[in-house]
Amino acid sequence: MSRALHSWGCYPYAPQTGHVCHWQSDVAAHAGNIVRLRGSTLPYGNGRSYGDSCLAFTSQVLHMRGLDRFIQADWVNGLVCVEAGITLAEIFAITLPRGWFLPVTPGTQFVTCGGAIANDVHGKNHHRRGTFGAHVLRFGLMRHGVETVICSRDEHPDLFAATIGGLGLTGVIVWAEIRLIPVRSSQIERTVMRFGELAEFFALSAERDAHHEYSVAWIDCLAKGRRRGRGVFIVGDHAQEGELTAAVPSRWYMPATPPFSMVNELSLRVFNEGYWRAHPARRTRDRIGMQPFFYPLDRILHWNRIYGRRGFQQYQCVIPEGAAKDALGELLRVIADSGQGSFLSVLKRCGEIVSPGLLSFPLPGVSLALDFPHNARLELELFPRLDAIVRAGGGRLYPAKDAHMSGKDFRCSYPRWEQLEALRDPALMSRFWKRVTAV
Amino acid sequence: MKRVMIVGATSAIAAACARRWAAQGCEFFLVARNAEKLERIAHDLRVRGVGEVTLHTMDATDLKAHPTMLKRCIDTMQRIDVALVAYGTLPDQYACERDVSTAVQEFNNNGVSVIALLSLLANRFEAQAHGTLAVISSVAGDRGRPSNYLYGAAKAAVSAFCEGLRGRLFRVGAHVITIKPGFVDSPMTAGLKLPRLLVATPDQVARRIVSAIERRVCTQYTPGYWALIILIIKSIPQPIFKRLKL
Ligand SMILES: Cc1cc2nc3c(=O)[nH]c(=O)nc-3n(C[C@H](O)[C@H](O)[C@H](O)COP(=O)(O)OP(=O)(O)OC[C@H]3O[C@@H](n4cnc5c(N)ncnc54)[C@H](O)[C@@H]3O)c2cc1C
Repeated sequence: MSRALHSWGCYPYAPQTGHVCHWQSDVAAHAGNIVRLRGSTLPYGNGRSYGDSCLAFTSQVLHMRGLDRFIQADWVNGLVCVEAGITLAEIFAITLPRGWFLPVTPGTQFVTCGGAIANDVHGKNHHRRGTFGAHVLRFGLMRHGVETVICSRDEHPDLFAATIGGLGLTGVIVWAEIRLIPVRSSQIERTVMRFGELAEFFALSAERDAHHEYSVAWIDCLAKGRRRGRGVFIVGDHAQEGELTAAVPSRWYMPATPPFSMVNELSLRVFNEGYWRAHPARRTRDRIGMQPFFYPLDRILHWNRIYGRRGFQQYQCVIPEGAAKDALGELLRVIADSGQGSFLSVLKRCGEIVSPGLLSFPLPGVSLALDFPHNARLELELFPRLDAIVRAGGGRLYPAKDAHMSGKDFRCSYPRWEQLEALRDPALMSRFWKRVTAV
Repeated sequence: MKRVMIVGATSAIAAACARRWAAQGCEFFLVARNAEKLERIAHDLRVRGVGEVTLHTMDATDLKAHPTMLKRCIDTMQRIDVALVAYGTLPDQYACERDVSTAVQEFNNNGVSVIALLSLLANRFEAQAHGTLAVISSVAGDRGRPSNYLYGAAKAAVSAFCEGLRGRLFRVGAHVITIKPGFVDSPMTAGLKLPRLLVATPDQVARRIVSAIERRVCTQYTPGYWALIILIIKSIPQPIFKRLKL
């Protein structure tokens, strides 16, 4: 069956025709056909990228989700080899009962292994484990018109580095071998503490991060004046004992896309205020299942639909350590003044571990991410102001979440883009890449 | 430990069923045409924790290959607790209308060869007086529609055959289940325009099949709402039905 594919933010609106790959042999066959007829294509995982980095320039994508098989597992050393279209949820459903978990997981479990490598995703433990790509040992890469090449730190190291965070442009990842971490329980020991201003976040993060595997903060991006930068700081560690299951909590889902966005200034204010108040003022410790800890939003399938047909955009930037405090304060002031912003904005400290990837997003510093319902004013007024602050602070935006950054900003903040361009498979081209490399 | 034979093991529905059985630690005898794809399915099942997996390559339309396959299956597993017959093709109705040999070949794929295989399996099930024979037919077999009546006719033959066989095996304590999936999002339907609301995933279909086998139902529509749709479609009088663009 064919159905149009989109990116998670549904902006830009560019329905993609998916050529479904169920077997490794389908990849070359479909790619060959598309390239002959249209010139280029792009692998597409599960469409959890917000902007246009998962959209093919020709709108003809290789839909990789059908390649969802395990290839091999080593339960003694904690290694799995999987096909690229398998989701992280499908991986840990099998590995967790055997005491192994993924070393890095983003805020949704519905990303594919190939997508996680291509964006070199990070999680709440970046300060300890770096990015997903740091735990990939080898993968099979299919480039147009060539046999699948095996890439690792020793074999084709240039392609290995270019493909991690390579935005799907260096070839199609067909399988990958990843290292897992041992866990004794699928539950998380969590400590939650509220903070009243941004400076407190920095103090808490400096004090606590080193002691915990996971650390993240939610922030009320609409709070102004003395309350600006208030939020909730959360740290967690795998419990030392307890059940080992990937039990799925019951899910709700957003059945249809309403014609207009349900996210507006009023609903945002009510939500942010309520969320802040819902957390006790005193520091509290509890135990929580891994799914609600890592993937609170996955409880509601298709939650992106609440933004209506016009979709939404995420703004995620990372600001290097020295400049972070001032720049984040500035960003929050501009956002609060605009009255636009998200339900939950996320602050996260990124650590020193260097990714093998050429275009990996995280830098040692602090990352801020928030969602905005799409409207024409965003790109004319708000984003340019935010971009200027990020630029001045020496920071950069995350391509996986981006739909607006200027080519100039991209090329300055990812100076190694030319190395990637040199290794790009000429049969692959995304809307993102066309946009940011057009001079 | 359940011993499961699957013919057409590389089909999306069969593979999804196998994953569910793998979670129960079953032993498998998997049959399909393509050795490489079969290997990939087997690797996946092994990681998911199955005991033994034996692979057998066979083109099911080659009727002479059936007895060798069955013999090897019995030699390795001793008995068959569940046999799932899941192979088939989705013919291009228009091509079948233009070319008689295409029509006959498609009927052989989906009808004749299945009946041949079931005949052989039936004797085995009768002899072991135990086990469940699950056969994937289709809602398309319930009424002939202009858009795919060749496929429908082959599936109708299979459904009727299963119904008779069910009575025969009932006497010895073995069981036959006819499975009638509706539209499934799988490689078989890639590129078709189907009503989105009525399309199920192979995994949804597999969940039904696995539970139907446990509960020993006779005919299982999957997803379940197809029972109602088919009830309505069957009640449309012929003079109206023939005018519908279905
Ligand atoms: C709720 C939510 C929370 C998130 N939280 C985080 C987070 O905490 N940290 C973070 O880093 N990200 C986060 N993300 C972003 C998400 O992790 C990334 O966008 C991820 O790469 C999406 O993977 P996907 O499988 O959906 O791939 P897609 O979005 O479909 O594609 C992503 C990229 O991968 C390429 N690609 C896909 N498959 C292959 C393949 N087989 N071979 C080569 N290239 C391929 C595509 O071409 C594209 O460039 C979040 C997203 C959502 C929706």
